[in-house]
Amino acid sequence: MLSGILVFNQKGENLIFRAFRNDCRPRLADIFRIQVISNPQVRSPILTLGSTTFSHVKHENIYLVAVTKSNANAALVFEFLYRLVLLGKSYFGKFDEEAVKNNFVLIYELLDEILDFGYPQNTETDTLKMYITTEGVKSAIANNPTDSSRITQQATGALSWRRADVKYRKNEAFVDVIEDVNLLMSATGTVLRADVNGQIVMRAYLSGTPECKFGLNDRLLLDNDSAGPGSGSTSGSLGNNGNKMGLGSSKTRAAAGSVTLEDCQFHQCVKLGRFDADRIISFVPPDGEFELMRYRATENVNLPFKVHPIVREIGTTKVEYSVAIKANYSSKLFATNVIIRIPTPLNTAKTTERTSQGRAKYEPEHNNIVWKIARFSGGSEYVLTAEATLTSMTNQKAWSRPPLSLNFSLLMFTSSGLLVRYLKVFEKSNYSSVKWVRYMTRAGSYEIRF
Amino acid sequence: MFIAPFVQTSSPPWVRSPQGKVAELRQELNSGGKKDKNYSAKKIALKKIVANMTMSNNDMIALFPDIVDCMNLPSLEIKKMCFLFLVNYSRMKPEIALKALPILVNDMEATNPLVRALALRTIAYVHVREFVEATVQPLKRLMGDMDPYVRKTAAFCVAKLYEHDRKMVETSDLIARLNDMLKDENPTVVSSVLASLVDIWGRSETISLTIDYSSASKLVSILPDCSEWGQTYILEALMSYVPQDSAEALLLAERIAPRLSHSNSAVVLTSIRVILYLMNYIADERHVTSLSKKLSPPLVTLLSKPPEVQYLALRNAILILQKRPEVLRNDIRVFFCNYNDPIYVKVTKLELIFMLTTKENISVVLAELREYATEIDVHFVRKAVRAIGKLAIKIESAAKQCIDTLLDLVNAKIPYIVQEATVVIRNIFRKYPNQYESIIGQVIQNIDELDEPEAKAAIIWIIGQYADRIENSDGLLQDYLATFHDETIEVQLALLTATVKLFIQRPTKGQQLVPQVLKWCTEETDDPDLRDRGYMYWRLLSTDPTTARQIVMGQKPPISAESEKLDSRTLEELCLNVGTLATVYLKPVQQVFRSARTRRLQYSPALQKTQEDLTSTTWQFAAPVAAPNPVTSPNAVANGTATTPGGSTNAAVNAADSYFSSVAAGTQQMAALDLGGREDGGVGGGGAPQLQYVVNQNQQQAYQPQLAGGAATGELLLL
Repeated sequence: MLSGILVFNQKGENLIFRAFRNDCRPRLADIFRIQVISNPQVRSPILTLGSTTFSHVKHENIYLVAVTKSNANAALVFEFLYRLVLLGKSYFGKFDEEAVKNNFVLIYELLDEILDFGYPQNTETDTLKMYITTEGVKSAIANNPTDSSRITQQATGALSWRRADVKYRKNEAFVDVIEDVNLLMSATGTVLRADVNGQIVMRAYLSGTPECKFGLNDRLLLDNDSAGPGSGSTSGSLGNNGNKMGLGSSKTRAAAGSVTLEDCQFHQCVKLGRFDADRIISFVPPDGEFELMRYRATENVNLPFKVHPIVREIGTTKVEYSVAIKANYSSKLFATNVIIRIPTPLNTAKTTERTSQGRAKYEPEHNNIVWKIARFSGGSEYVLTAEATLTSMTNQKAWSRPPLSLNFSLLMFTSSGLLVRYLKVFEKSNYSSVKWVRYMTRAGSYEIRF
Repeated sequence: MFIAPFVQTSSPPWVRSPQGKVAELRQELNSGGKKDKNYSAKKIALKKIVANMTMSNNDMIALFPDIVDCMNLPSLEIKKMCFLFLVNYSRMKPEIALKALPILVNDMEATNPLVRALALRTIAYVHVREFVEATVQPLKRLMGDMDPYVRKTAAFCVAKLYEHDRKMVETSDLIARLNDMLKDENPTVVSSVLASLVDIWGRSETISLTIDYSSASKLVSILPDCSEWGQTYILEALMSYVPQDSAEALLLAERIAPRLSHSNSAVVLTSIRVILYLMNYIADERHVTSLSKKLSPPLVTLLSKPPEVQYLALRNAILILQKRPEVLRNDIRVFFCNYNDPIYVKVTKLELIFMLTTKENISVVLAELREYATEIDVHFVRKAVRAIGKLAIKIESAAKQCIDTLLDLVNAKIPYIVQEATVVIRNIFRKYPNQYESIIGQVIQNIDELDEPEAKAAIIWIIGQYADRIENSDGLLQDYLATFHDETIEVQLALLTATVKLFIQRPTKGQQLVPQVLKWCTEETDDPDLRDRGYMYWRLLSTDPTTARQIVMGQKPPISAESEKLDSRTLEELCLNVGTLATVYLKPVQQVFRSARTRRLQYSPALQKTQEDLTSTTWQFAAPVAAPNPVTSPNAVANGTATTPGGSTNAAVNAADSYFSSVAAGTQQMAALDLGGREDGGVGGGGAPQLQYVVNQNQQQAYQPQLAGGAATGELLLL
């Protein structure tokens, strides 16, 4: 497994060097610096030299590098590196060079705890924070044997993600359904690819050890559900933010029916055997925020925006644009932060643009015209016309016409049509709890060729 | 080294020398005295020391004795920092490190389980003989500790000791004790024990790891109670379970399948590995198909993970697709590239697109590839163009469509596209003689754009092959011949053959050129291949012109596009290693990691073998471990290998061994021949007409791995 973990800044200075095996020599840091950081040719995240493999990810302005000496499980290596980033973020807010430099000791302490002989150990933030802390105040607890055994039980137990003594006066759970809709549309307007990557993020503020059951309008689930327990009570216990009705009417077709999820992936806490057998999502949640599940849907994807670009190259000196964009959702909803990036040729000298809504600006450093519309109501349609004047070039090369791309976020709308049907919480003290659900659709990679 | 004292004397007083820094830190460490109740001064000093440890090399080693003095202070935080220091520097100063040994040994008896585990973990990191020896006795005790956290630390500790001193561990009863710990009630401990055992297994050829069905079943049942990493360790260990019965294999595979929905890609890919492995032992095709279907969605879902994980998933998709084509059957669009994908993801997607293209989806694919051919990254564009050409060869009915797309691209006159297109068009001519020659004119038009050897060789081949149809073929050749001596060997060889072809087809035009070229090739070159080929043509032409015509313009062996197919032995091995680094390179594991232990499918009565495997793999002969058992051997004959004649198994094994080794050597030679790119039909064809020549998409890299940016595609391997 891992022989060592190294952290570098962008200049190639080695900030952290922690070896877990004898074969991880200090000179490896130099090799990585020379072969990867100062070598722009290298574009792969994995580099094997001799029998040493460097796997790296870049985060903010640091490189996190895992050194392995054998045919290691590469998935585990990368998952671990990303987990390290996550831990760093949850400990320091931002995990960058400055955070590393301010927290050398803590990072070494963490590494010693989450890796043993290069094998990842318990990496649950909640548990780790019980005995590895920034101020050094709480570590006094760890000095007490009885408290320590509680920590050790937690770190090796079946519910390693949850402490047993969580208490809230008000028991609440927030569910965020966040969808990234991906679109690839050809120049002729045919949809080459449209799919949804969804994630359900939960913030659970629940006392004790709550057993949660979670229901979606997943087609397979609905088919099974009539036999399963707790059917029928459709979202009766669900709090809604008032907008939910708007959602229903805007997407009656999808909402009335059910959606087919191509695939789901769940947080460690979800009982996968249970899901496999009867499609019931049941779990004991970690305390606070976590990603409950991810899913993928490819059928009946509702595209919130239709874009119709016309781009004409006039000779070699001018490009004319006319881009129309139409909101394809109920007029009760509105999208925010709609940003349309319209590529311009590399030799653009200046541009003029006119819009029927929002503001457009040329960004020479990205070779884009950026059109921003802060608030985009459903059903409306806006147009941008623009012209780019080009400088003449001695070496005339064809323009590669990168696709036009969109960014937006749209509340109370799901592209897949997914709805949360219920969330039930069972706890032995039998308290009542309040649940809230929110839907949001964002642009994933929303690209239109022209 | 010499500079150091010089710098020190000359540096101005306000720049602290390393020694000054050490002295300062030492003073800080010892300040505070009795008044410093919470040791806050010491903590701050220690933090500075730790920070300096990595950033300023080895200066801090001078503080070793002071650090050892701090170790016994009653603060866990201080202890941890001191231990980190110890692990870092103990190898360089073992004599000072020894002073810390009693403290560690003492800590292993502490009442606080965290301290016991910390001391055990630390002592086993220290690569000093006395430390290793002093670990054994306390370790044995701690393996039975009442706290699971300590037990799991102890489990890993055995593997650590094995790394330090293999002999000592093998002669002690540590491994036996470790095995006993598999009965532990705590899932985390069990998974740690397995990780430790697999680690030890990987280091020694003499140790074998066997798991029977009831253990395997028990392991699967504790999967849900383990951390995601623990699940991965258990799944990896399950690869050592050899199903004896088809039903067992099926049951386990179905119980593992729910893991495919885990959010951790290591769990997902390792589950895929185990399920693929178990499928080898499942008799009923319907069950195999339904399991295959379950593998596809999770693999595609990994494409929404960070790019590094995507890359890994894609490389494994290439692998799995070859083993089980039914996986991923309908999913070509999910592999279309996003504009912002990193190049290593794009190139791998391109390979998958090529593999998944069929008659039915070719139109969509061609439109997509055309789009890629207009992107900025040259390396990627080239690969896209080459893929179009390969598709023409792969799917006969779509050849016309592919050629139209290629010509369209050529018309844009972007040099690297033209070059790439010329090469693939040459291959298309090879594959479909007398069908598309009408486009020769259009190809020849761009002759001036070509400056890369491969493209030049391709156009010269076309000129030579169709010398009778190209009006000014002699003139074109003459242009190239003018710079004959400056060309690379590849181009020179092509020129030689093309000139001979010209002469055979149009003797009047070629009669001046041929003697000249033959003279150059035989008298003025240092290259043995060129000279030999020159002599051969010379003799051929001077002995019997009719035979020469038959040979030079003879029927060419067919070419195919299935170049990336791994041979079945490598495929089998890699499928047992899904998700590991070797699958990124798609090369035999030992070629990348020389010290790695090989995995082979182990024989059992339940092992299924397809007809194809029978003719090419040698698992039975390669793994003599499976053969000696007299009970299983007859079964093997009856069940597995229909081709092995009954009777003396040993003799058959030996015979097969030698047969297969010679076959292997043979194909290797052929492969080498093929890689050289000298696939000119005029010469190569005669010997083995049944041999398939292969159009290799990666040919470019084979010549100039550095220039072509092979980095991006995982061809980075520097061995």
